[in-house]
Amino acid sequence: MKFMGYRRPDGSVGIRNHVLVMPTVVCANRVARGIAQQVQGAVWFEHQHGCSQLGKDAARTADVLIGHGIHPNVFAVVVVGLGCETIRAQDVAAAIKCRCPEKQVQVVLIQDEGGSFKAIATGAAIAQRMVQSASMSVREPIAASELILGTECGGSDACSGIAANPALGAASDLLVDAGGTVILAETPELIGAEHLVAARAVNPRVAARCLAVIRRREEEAKATGFDMRGGNPTPGNIQGGLTTIEEKSLGCIYKAGTRPLQAVLEYGERITQKGLVLMDTPGNDIEQLTGMVAGGCHLVVFTTGRGTATGSPIAPTLKVAANTGIFAKMNDNMDLNAGTIITGEETAAQVGARIFQEILAVASGKLTKAEIIGQNDFGINRIGPTL
Amino acid sequence: MEKNQAIIMKDGDNVATAVTHIEAGSTVSLAGEGSAICLKISETILFGHKFAIVAIPQGRPVVKYGEIIGAATRDIAAGEHVHVHNVESIRGRGDKG
Repeated sequence: MKFMGYRRPDGSVGIRNHVLVMPTVVCANRVARGIAQQVQGAVWFEHQHGCSQLGKDAARTADVLIGHGIHPNVFAVVVVGLGCETIRAQDVAAAIKCRCPEKQVQVVLIQDEGGSFKAIATGAAIAQRMVQSASMSVREPIAASELILGTECGGSDACSGIAANPALGAASDLLVDAGGTVILAETPELIGAEHLVAARAVNPRVAARCLAVIRRREEEAKATGFDMRGGNPTPGNIQGGLTTIEEKSLGCIYKAGTRPLQAVLEYGERITQKGLVLMDTPGNDIEQLTGMVAGGCHLVVFTTGRGTATGSPIAPTLKVAANTGIFAKMNDNMDLNAGTIITGEETAAQVGARIFQEILAVASGKLTKAEIIGQNDFGINRIGPTL
Repeated sequence: MEKNQAIIMKDGDNVATAVTHIEAGSTVSLAGEGSAICLKISETILFGHKFAIVAIPQGRPVVKYGEIIGAATRDIAAGEHVHVHNVESIRGRGDKG
């Protein structure tokens, strides 16, 4: 089973060929956006971080940025800094270059350039050359076993657990059976279903780690002193019929299919395993998405019952509607409909087969609606204070 | 009944999920994994929301997908809406020390 992708000089595989303009600090967001908006074919993201951070928290921010820079869906990177920040553009660029010596990586510093307009002009000229160079890349047949799929559900309703997630689970099993990798994440949304996930672990160590990361998230929720209902499930989830986190979680885990759990990974950790893995991320859609992509996930299948617009700047994000109503109502954002399971027109296995075919089509270059809209959602999960 | 109005996810569940809008006072027939039942619905049930298919006494588990999704905070009669007003989570409760 094959798709048409880009084979990188280091052997890794990309399904997109982006020129990414990346600010390493919040102060560089405007210039990064300015550069990308001047150059057709460049993408960018913005974030609030990169300065006044310490220790593990600063390291995580840097790792997520570097993870996006070395991502095989990215052909070349313009790294933009202000010039005095904690997470320096030069260091991020050097780390990307160290991991991917053949990737084009250039730095633009606003203070060195003498202001925003000059920095935008310099960066745009660099990005223009990169885009032209990227346009010469050619896709070639690549085995589906090299794909890393992120699974995600957001804006869930009761149909997510009945229709869209079981269908995505069927697609996940098809990819695992083809030798590929599937990521289950959003740890808080495993609370109440952890025994079912841990029971699928390949060994007791993975099972224990699975239970430990879920317990840690529950302890964090309890430490707030509040009932987590309202934060998760959200008011929209509740309006959609989901009553408790346990109910949401039990619907959530369907999207991971039925195959054994091979490993438990930290947020944004590089994914090297085959089969099903669990990445410990928040349930927050954007922070989860960003963590999975930082780990090297090629594309994401995102199920939703209430509708969502989310999309990564560099990893195609395919939306599966959990009910036909939202598929019709938010059709701008929805790629596939699993609502046919609710109406009895299709089974979860049939919709799963459709999702799998769409994964291969998108991996081969078919644009998702989120890409056409220009979604560039990016949010780093912080683990320390801002100083 | 032209199609399923509600789904029982697993045998042993004490709630069903409406997959249509169900008016108060209507009678629904339900197909579960192995059984079929007929039930009078006492309140309007919105699409995606749950109702009890058997009586659930206060403090007892609410079961969907064959798993516990919370506990009843008061007695719930068969055919009643089951949601945040009569079910609480038993997990992630920072408010309960």
